[in-house]
Amino acid sequence: MKRFLEALGGFVLTLLETSGRFFILTGQTIRGFLKPPYEIGLWAKQFVRVGIDSVPVVLTTALFTGGVLALQTYKGFERFHAEGYVGSVVALSMLRELAPVLTGLMVAGRAGSAMAAELGSMRVTEQIDALVSLATDPVKYLFVPRVVAATLVLPMLVILADAVGMMGGYLVAVNLLGANPVQYEINSFQYLAMEDFTSGFIKAGVFGALIALIGCQQGFDTRGGAEGVGRATTSAVVMGSLAVLVADFFLTKVLF
Amino acid sequence: MTEESTTPAIVLEKVSKRFGRKVVLDELDLTVAKGESLVVLGKSGTGKSVLLKHLIGLLEPDSGKVLIDGEDLWSLSEEERGKRRRKFGMSFQEGALFDSMTVGENIAFPLQRHTKMSKDEVAARVAECLDLVKLPGAESKKTSELSGGMRRRVGFARAIALTPQILLFDEPTTGLDPITTDVITKLILAMRDKLNPTAVTITHDLKVAFTIADRVALLRDGRIVMDLPPKEFEAVDDPHVKAFVAGDSSFEDPEETTLR
Repeated sequence: MKRFLEALGGFVLTLLETSGRFFILTGQTIRGFLKPPYEIGLWAKQFVRVGIDSVPVVLTTALFTGGVLALQTYKGFERFHAEGYVGSVVALSMLRELAPVLTGLMVAGRAGSAMAAELGSMRVTEQIDALVSLATDPVKYLFVPRVVAATLVLPMLVILADAVGMMGGYLVAVNLLGANPVQYEINSFQYLAMEDFTSGFIKAGVFGALIALIGCQQGFDTRGGAEGVGRATTSAVVMGSLAVLVADFFLTKVLF
Repeated sequence: MTEESTTPAIVLEKVSKRFGRKVVLDELDLTVAKGESLVVLGKSGTGKSVLLKHLIGLLEPDSGKVLIDGEDLWSLSEEERGKRRRKFGMSFQEGALFDSMTVGENIAFPLQRHTKMSKDEVAARVAECLDLVKLPGAESKKTSELSGGMRRRVGFARAIALTPQILLFDEPTTGLDPITTDVITKLILAMRDKLNPTAVTITHDLKVAFTIADRVALLRDGRIVMDLPPKEFEAVDDPHVKAFVAGDSSFEDPEETTLR
């Protein structure tokens, strides 16, 4: 019994410590972001790394998700002769839900893990200590560019994913299932509101910030050599993905 | 040793630090005068690196004070503490070079961040620093192409780029062959001659210690147990010092030496 309570206490303490650490580092990142100088060069470099380099993965995901969505809904809707609405369903679900969430998950796997691995190796090879010894704030130098880049670039990736996902649905419906192209196109846009687009767009920004903050924090607090870097990378992906899914629910519930 | 000013460069007052249950520094007192070269000896795992990291504020003591030029480092704001760090140049065990940058970019890093030098001035200063560590023309090399000795020399060059008043060396020769060790030792002497800094070096290499030190201190059980000029240190009649100088483990707690 005592053992169990100790283990439980240990778990709670670790949880509290990790979340406390997360908020402290988030605060430092915001402070570092607000305080000049603004290191645009560093931001741009991360912009390319997080954004441009993620484009192929995100587009492939969106294309096939749009396609499979068309396939599945067509099969279902066919049963009550509602095939005409496949376009609307694909458009709505891509814009509101699938594009932001899947883009978030892909970026968490690609960029969040890379951030943790990079900062983690910097930690274990004393490069972060070296930064401090050179009178450089490591949070401002390492966190801020990554968080800024991810927050700005994720919504842009989502715009691409929206477009390509809808295109994937169109290609499958029109070419494989023989839907009427004009009718499909009309139906895709007919029931869309601006809010469907903006909700996904705003969600993506929040996801980007979360992914980058978690990736950086996991790397920054790495302990214990190569094994520690491995652990940090794994938990950056796991926690980043979970954060995307949990935040998605609450953002959808509260805001939209 | 020169006596330019009466305020010592570094004072540690009853500094204690523990990690979990392990006490690493135990009310440690230490003073380093301006321009003096202190070498701290100690076995692996005695907290030498921890001591060095306290001097530059990389670690915060649990209790006690760290005074740099008479100023308490931890009574300052983080920003002010950052500014004080410009007084320091620190050379890390494996160099700790930024591996996303070339050798030249590594040395230029502190210059670009903390000075208003033009591109040409930075390039000139980088070349000058590389000259001093006997690696002229290495600017465009990648850090992954460097040998262990070269990495440390580049680390030295980066540490002295801003002409710091205090130089800290973390195990500058550990893991190097005897000839490279000699090169590094001579380099440290040359840097001292040229820049006349206050220097704190931690090592367990006695030859290096006795060559570069004005004073040699022995760290044991979280305290400085002996603090003497090199000649006297070598001759002192203390079992632990003698054990360390002779490389004899029979004075150590057997449990400690086998179970670490």
